[in-house]
Formats: sequence, C-alpha cells, structure tokens
Amino acid sequence: MAGPSMMETLFQRTLEDLIKGMRLQLIGESAFISKAVEEIRREIKSTDLHTKSIALQKLTYLNSLHDVDMSWAAFHAVECMSSSRFADKRIGYVAASQSFNESTPVLLLITNQLRKDLTSVNEHEASLALECLAKIGTVDLARDLTPEVFTLLSSSKVFVRKKSIGVTMRVFEKYPDAVRVCFKRLVENLESSDPQSLSATVGVFCELAAKDPLSYLPLAPEFYRILVDSKNNWVLIKVLKIFARLAPLEPRLAKKVTEPICEHMRRTGAKSLMFECVRTVVGSLSEYESAVKLAVVKIRELLLEDDPNLKYLGLHALSIVAPKHSWAVLENKEVVIKSLSDEDANIKLESLRLVMAMVSESNIIEISRVLVHYALKSDPEFCNEILGSILSTCSRNFYEIVMDFDWYVSLLGEMSRTPHCQKSEEIEFQLIDVGMRVRDARPELVRLARSLLIDPALLGNPFLHRILSAAAWVSGEYVEFSLNPFELAEALIQPRASLLPTSIRVVYLQSVFKILIFCVNSYLSQTETLADLEPEVPDSISQRENSEASDLASVRALFEREHDEAFNPGVLDRPSTDNSIEDIGNAADGDGQTSTFVSFRKNGFTRESIVNLVNLVEVAMRPLSVSLEVEMLERTCNILGLIEVLKRELPAVFQNEKVLEKEELEVLKLIKLMNDAFSEELGPVSTSAQERVPIPDGLVLKDNLADLDEVMGDVKLPSSSSFSLESPYNGQRMDPASCNVQSKEDSEASSESTSLLAEHRKRHGLYYLPSEGNGTISNDYPPANDLKSGDTNQDDTEDFVKLTAQSLVSKKKPNYAKPRPVVVKLDEGESVPVVLKKRDSRDDLLSGAVRDILLGDDAVKLSSSIKGKEKVNADPLDSKENMHDMENSSHRKSSSRRSKQRPHRKERGQTNPEKLGVEKEEHGGKVKSKSSHRHGRQKSRQKAEGSSDIIAETPVIPDFLL
Amino acid sequence: MIHFVLLISRQGKVRLTKWYSAYPQKERTKVIREISGEVLARGPKLCNFVEWRGLKVVYRRYASLYFCMCINQGDNELEVLEIIHHYVETLDRYFGSVCELDLIFNFHKAYYILDELLLAGELQESSKKTVARLIAGQDALVETAKEEANSISSIIAQASK
Repeated sequence: MAGPSMMETLFQRTLEDLIKGMRLQLIGESAFISKAVEEIRREIKSTDLHTKSIALQKLTYLNSLHDVDMSWAAFHAVECMSSSRFADKRIGYVAASQSFNESTPVLLLITNQLRKDLTSVNEHEASLALECLAKIGTVDLARDLTPEVFTLLSSSKVFVRKKSIGVTMRVFEKYPDAVRVCFKRLVENLESSDPQSLSATVGVFCELAAKDPLSYLPLAPEFYRILVDSKNNWVLIKVLKIFARLAPLEPRLAKKVTEPICEHMRRTGAKSLMFECVRTVVGSLSEYESAVKLAVVKIRELLLEDDPNLKYLGLHALSIVAPKHSWAVLENKEVVIKSLSDEDANIKLESLRLVMAMVSESNIIEISRVLVHYALKSDPEFCNEILGSILSTCSRNFYEIVMDFDWYVSLLGEMSRTPHCQKSEEIEFQLIDVGMRVRDARPELVRLARSLLIDPALLGNPFLHRILSAAAWVSGEYVEFSLNPFELAEALIQPRASLLPTSIRVVYLQSVFKILIFCVNSYLSQTETLADLEPEVPDSISQRENSEASDLASVRALFEREHDEAFNPGVLDRPSTDNSIEDIGNAADGDGQTSTFVSFRKNGFTRESIVNLVNLVEVAMRPLSVSLEVEMLERTCNILGLIEVLKRELPAVFQNEKVLEKEELEVLKLIKLMNDAFSEELGPVSTSAQERVPIPDGLVLKDNLADLDEVMGDVKLPSSSSFSLESPYNGQRMDPASCNVQSKEDSEASSESTSLLAEHRKRHGLYYLPSEGNGTISNDYPPANDLKSGDTNQDDTEDFVKLTAQSLVSKKKPNYAKPRPVVVKLDEGESVPVVLKKRDSRDDLLSGAVRDILLGDDAVKLSSSIKGKEKVNADPLDSKENMHDMENSSHRKSSSRRSKQRPHRKERGQTNPEKLGVEKEEHGGKVKSKSSHRHGRQKSRQKAEGSSDIIAETPVIPDFLL
Repeated sequence: MIHFVLLISRQGKVRLTKWYSAYPQKERTKVIREISGEVLARGPKLCNFVEWRGLKVVYRRYASLYFCMCINQGDNELEVLEIIHHYVETLDRYFGSVCELDLIFNFHKAYYILDELLLAGELQESSKKTVARLIAGQDALVETAKEEANSISSIIAQASK
C-alpha cells in the first residue's frame, strides 16, 4: 500500500498537467477525459489527503467544464473538507458547493464540519464554510447552523460578517424560523458603518422584499436613511429596488421618496444608478407627474445615445411608462419607429412592443398596414413577431380597438399571404371567432374565404392549412352571403385539395355539404315562388344553354352510372381508384369550363346550375367514398346520400321538367329542414359555460364511477371491425339505398336536434346569444379598403414615421362611414379564469416570521402612540394587525415606556431635509456609542417611542417614515 | 440576483461555470449550449442583453472571451455589466494583464476570485484591493501548506507509515 501511494504522490498529474495534456492530446477529447477520470478514480482512493485533494480538484475541473459526473465523489469531497490544511480544505469546499444538491446523502455528514469551520479563528476557513452554506444549505443545515451564523453576524471581522449576511438569505429561505433569531442583527447591519456589510445587508433585503414586500414596510425608515445618505451606487441601486416594491403599497411613502430619487437622478453621473431611478419612477411612482417628466427626459437622453445598451434600456423604460403616460412614447416616436429597423433583434423587438403600445382605435389601421409591409421585408422570425403582436393587439378584449371589421378581415387575409407567416393557428381562430361574434363582418369573411380557397397555390403551403380550414368553415357556415356558392363548392372539391391533411379535408367536405343544401334549398324555394307567379322559364336563350348543359350533364350522369357499376360488390377487386381520380380531374376541368360560361345571376339559382353542381360534387365525391379515413368516409357518404335522394325524388329537376309534382314537396320539406339545421347560428361559447349550468335537483353526481362497469357489462362496445377500413367496399355502405336511408335518418336526426336545441334555448336562454331574425344582408356590401393600392412601394422609414406621426397626432376620432358593428361578448364568463399563483408555503412561513418580528415592534409603536396621543391618524399598519399583536403590544407597553433612554433618536425622525445633516452627525456618534449588549428589540422600542413623540409634536405628518 | 456565471470563448469552449441557482447537471449542459448559441451569434455592435427563458443574460466580450451572467428580468442590467467589468479588472490585477490562457491554466484561481466577489448571487465585495488582499492571504496559506507537504522528508514519512 505504501509503495503505490508514494508513487502516486510523486508522479500524480496536477490540475495544470491535466489542462496542458488536454490541450495537447491526440486521442480525442472524450477519450482523454475518460482516461483522466479513470486515473482520478484511482488517485482519489489514496490515503494521502494531498493526493486525494488534487484528484478531486481535477475532477471538479472536468465537471465544471466538461460535464463529467462527480456525484460519486461526494464522500471524498467531505474528506477533503475535513483536512486541516487550507489548500485541501478549499478544494473540498469548492467541490462540495459545485456538486452537492438537496439529495446528496453525505450532506448529513458535513454539519459538524461546517460548524467547526464557521467558528474557526481563521477567517478564511469561516469564509469557505459560509460560501459553501450559501450554495448548498438545506433545511437541516440551515436549522442546525443558525446559531453560528447568528454569532458571525456581529463578528468583528468585516470580511466574515458580510459573508454571513449574504448567507442569511439562504438560511431564511430554507428555515424561516431562523428569522426569529437573526433578523434583528441583520437589521442592525443596516446601520453598519462598513460599506461592504451595508451593501450585503441591503442586497439581502432586496431579495427578501422581492418575494413579499409588505412584510418589510416597517423598515422603510432605515431604507430611507440609506437612500438619502449613501454615496455608494451599488447600495443605492438595491435600495431603489426595495422602494420600487414598497412604494406601491403605501402612498405616503411614495410621496416621500420621490424627491430624493429625483435628486439622485439629476445628480448622478452613473448610468446604472440613473437608469435604476428612471425605472423606479416609471414603474412605481408613475402618479408623480414631475418625477415622470424628469424620468422621460432622462429616457430621451438614453435613446439618443449611440450605445445600443442604453438605447435598449431606454426603449424598455418607455415600454414600462407607456400604459400610463402614452405622451412619453409620442414624444419619442421617431426614435422608436427608427429602431424598428435597427440591426439588433432585441431593440427591434422592444420597439415593436412600444409601437403596439401606441396603438389606438384611431391609428390601428395605419400602424397595422405599415407593420404588415414591414413584416414582408423582415427576416422570418421578426416577421412572425410582428404578425403575432398585431394579432394579439387587435384581438385584445374582444377586438376592442377594431372599428372596421371589413378592414380587419382583409388584414387577416393579407397576413395569411405573408410569405413567412407561421401564425396560422391564431389567424384560423380569429377568422372563426370574428365570424361568430360579428354578424356584419360575415360577407367580407366569405369574400376572403373565397379568395383563399380558389387559389390552388396556397394548398401547397403547409403553414396555411389551418387558415384554409377556417376559410372552408366560414364558406360553409355563411354561404348565404356568398356571391357565387357554386364557385365556393368548386374550390372546395378541387383536386389539389387532396394535399390537405385529413383533419382539414373533413372541414372541406362538411362545407361542401352545407353549400349543397343551401343551393338546392334556395333553388327549390325560388322555383316554388316562380311556379306560383310565373310558370314560364324567363329566358329562351338561357333555356337553350340549359338544354345543352343538361345534355352534357346527362351524358356525364350516364358515364357515372356506368362507372357506378364498378363499385358493385361483385367486382370489388378491380383497382379502379386511379382511373376514377383521373376521371374526376377531367370532369372537374370540364365543369370548370361549363361553370364559367354559365352566367350566374345574383340570387339566381337556375336549374342547370344546380344540376351541374350536384353532378360535379357527385363526381368529386365518388373516389373519396373509398377513403380510408372514417371521418372522410362518413361525410362523403352523407353527401352522396343526399345527392341520391335528390336525384331520385326530384326527377322534375333532373329530367328537365318544369313543374314540380305534388309528392316532391316531401323532399322539399326535407331539404328545408336540413337547411334550417345548418342556418342555426353558432355563437361563441363561454369558457365557463359548463360550470354555470346548475345541477338539476334529483341529479346525484357520483365521484366513483365503479358501478359503471356493471351497467356497461351487457353493453357491447362496438367492435372496431365494424369500422374496419380494410374492406372499404363494404356492400352495405356503398349501396345507394342504404345511403339514402342513412341520410334520411341523418336529416331527421338533425331536425330533431334543431327542435331540441330550440327547446333548450327557450328554457335556458341565459346560455345562448339573443337570437335575432336572420335578416338578409344585401350582397352589394361596400368593398373593403384596398390595402394594396398606393403604398406597395413605400418602405422608407421616413414615410412610416410620417404616417404614424399623422395618425398618432390626430387626436380626433376618425369618421367612419358606418358605426362599429356589434361584437358579441359573453360578459364576465369569457375571461380566462385567473389562477391565483399559489405561493410557496416556505415563503409564507418566512414572511410570517418576519412580520411577527417587525409588526411585534410596530404594535408597540402603535399602542404607545395611541397612548401618547389621543388624536393620531390611524397608522396604516393597523389594518394588517391582528388582535394577537395588539394584545402582545399592550403587555409590552409599560416596559417600552421605561426603556426610553436616548432622546436623540427623536431627531432622526424629523422629516425636514435640513435636519438630515444633523441627523447624520448624530448617527455617527450613535454608532460609536453603540454598546454590544444592546438588544435589537429594545432599540426598536426606543425608536417606536421616539416616533410616537414626534407624532405628538407634529400631528400633520403621521408618516411612519419617522 | 445572479443565477449563474459563464465564461465562454469565441469558439464556444466553456472556460468557467458557476451556478448560484439550482440547475441539475443535465440542465447545465443544455443551458450552456443555449446561451453560447445565443450569445456567440450576436454581432459586435449589438446590445449586451439577451432575453432567455424569462430571464436576462447580460454578456460582455473581452478579447476572445465572453463573460455571461444571467439575472432576473427586474435586475439592473447596467449594474451587472459593471460587475462583469469589476471581475475582469480584479482578474487583471491578480494575473497582471490577464488573457484567456491565464484563465485556462488557472481555472481554480479564477474560481476563487469569483467566490470573493459574489456570494449567493449577490455582489459582496466591490473593492478590488480587498479582493486582491484576501486572495493573497489565501495563497499564502496554501503556499505554507504546500511547502510542508512537499518536503521530501514528509513524503517519506508518509510513505513509510
């Protein structure tokens, strides 16, 4: 054993050797590292602590920079920590603080070692232990070592004291009860003459106050003193952060600190301090006009700097100030807008946020237009940022700032055609949402849907599929606003639609179904009236065309019938799909031609157009009826079934007869019913709708659904084979008759559901939108703003600046040709329920402990002030106090009066700025006279006494800054 | 508070890591990769702040080294830049016109100096002189220990135990 140990000691590679070797290695880094780790594993077992510690040091290095696991060496780290030699000890501590975590088992072993080192006379050893504790302190460690940390808090060695102050943060966080022990010493350090201890203490309070500011409100006087007296920028920045948290809680405090903060802002040359002042003012003191004005001046200085950091921070500060003081942004709009084309993505993003903050209902149109153009030129990432922020801003609070929905709909269209657009999900949602909420926007929506759907190029872009799905839904749902439903139907069944994923094709199919029903119904109701009024077909020319067209149609129908044979169960194995797709392509083309020269008149559904449509849809649906997707199959069958019914029951239409026969009225009714079902308006549904349904009286909702199995036992779940798609030529499915039946059932069911729905609506009107008469809206709706005209070439920032400048400056409300359409809102219900952030129970414990201590003192202050003076404005803190505190305080009252010893404390409370100089001197004296045995509580009682007396003298300012 | 400190070379090599918030080992690797990707990609004339996972990374480049510190959103970015600069100056004072190689070969010393500057993610010593004095004190402690340990007699004594 002795031999190898000596060899190891003599020939061990040091950390430096390792690093050098790493740089010169020829065997590859990972191979070198694994070799080194092997070596370390051997060396670390050595009995010689020096060898061990060097091995550990190497391992720490590898762990830190090369992600080598070192959790296995935890025990060796503990061994090194216990070495008496500082070098080994330090290596051990560094290794521990780097690799230990809550679940490291050897943590239990180090408590005593830490205790020993914390109490060591060697300040460097104590410092090591403190650093380690700050990093790996667990609940147990924090609890067990609280007394040692407490002792060190008043250590005469500044070096150790400041570190122990830093450690209290971790200790408090892990073990809130430590507050009861250490808090007063911590507060005492706020008065420390040593800048480093003060800085550390303020740092700790800054972190603590960030978690729960309310608890630290009673310490405001101490912080105020530091704010006014300190010359140390590090400290001032932290104190400002504390005040940024405290000021919103107590208006009088805010008033008090505003002036000193402004003073710092004016005076300081340090940008960091100045910026912190600005941020405090705009964030927490935004009610103080003059302070905000000064801050905005400073922000402007920042914005005009060349340093991108300052520019960024200036923009950031502006975005904080923007919600409350939009004038600040307007003053700096040139800079903001120029920053949109900054080379720095962060600055661009920040200025985009600001531009969006400037948006109002009067300038949204211009801003969006310019931004969309900007998006066209930007890199994809920023382009989507722009689009995203336009979308979220416009849709905020139910499209609050959108006055002209026709414009907005066309903007959505424009955005979806932006080359890099990846916001399809959001656009999809908004298209549908606008459709459901804004009745007046529907014609424009349908127009947009049409233009999106008929463009075959869009089908190739997978990012747009979601938008197309929304367009398809809109075109089906609001087909009554369409100028040309046939065109829509054609677009929906175009062959390239096969590029879409199934989930979206299904929407397409459903929309085809709706359009078909709508067209047939319109035609039938029209011929009904025609038949009553004017039995003649009006135009002889069109009649000739009719006959031609119908010839064509009948030929195709014939062909179709032949084709149909192929689907008969007998000849299943014939691979017909390929053929049929080709056929469809041809047929669709042919139909395209036909439909172009069939002049479609407004509100005119001619017989031949209906026949064409029906045939076209049928041709397109045939190949889909062998689809492997259940959803698609089902919807296709619905459509085919409907067509079958139409053809069989309406020979008048399909055999070129003019007058409808009596028995056909039956079908008429059917079609009407279905149409009614579809024209039932879909409204937005509140997210909380389900919760608001009252549970009916006799209904008991069981938590345990175990007996469901019993009930379900004899019910056989439909076996998947019935949906089997492996044999798509299921005779039953393909049989027209059964399809027919099925579709009849379908329609019955849907009519039934409509009536049910109507009944439900009657009973629970609360959950539905007010139903209004389905007023027909004329088709000659004013055209949307043509965004493309005019400014396609404008890409100069100057133009942008000008544009927005105009729109921003104009304070008057723009005149709109028509009033803003109604946007359906479901009042409170729709806001997303705010989940209260659950606070960490440890934080609660911590702030609870802090309050116990601080408010305990405060209660003394309060009660004594009440006793001392009859007419004192109620202290704001008394609302927070509970009876327990009050009782406590009355117990202490007598002693607190006795402990009044130091009259000069009173002066400290003076609020006059002139007094501050005096106060400082006295402060210096006091520190000198401070005897070590004095206890914090006693002191704060004295303070309380002092303050009560001041209140007595100057009842005007019942400020607890005193 | 500072969540972690990273020193990354221009080639993406990590030179120093120090974690003040708890990040498990796996997470650390990921964080380093993400941050070095973000920071190294940025051009020279851009601002020194990067928003990252709801936090902010403040970085500054000195020659071929990027010093990165990750802070909370509300923290003062300029202050952190000053802390970075303070650290670099302290290193400079210790090593005498510090360069990347100094940090590579004296990884542990850079580490100790950082420990004197920051504690629990807060700046705790703003005086370069004090830090230099403390580190010198520690070095002296180590040196005396080393001399003892390295004397041949003690090695032999240990070996023949």
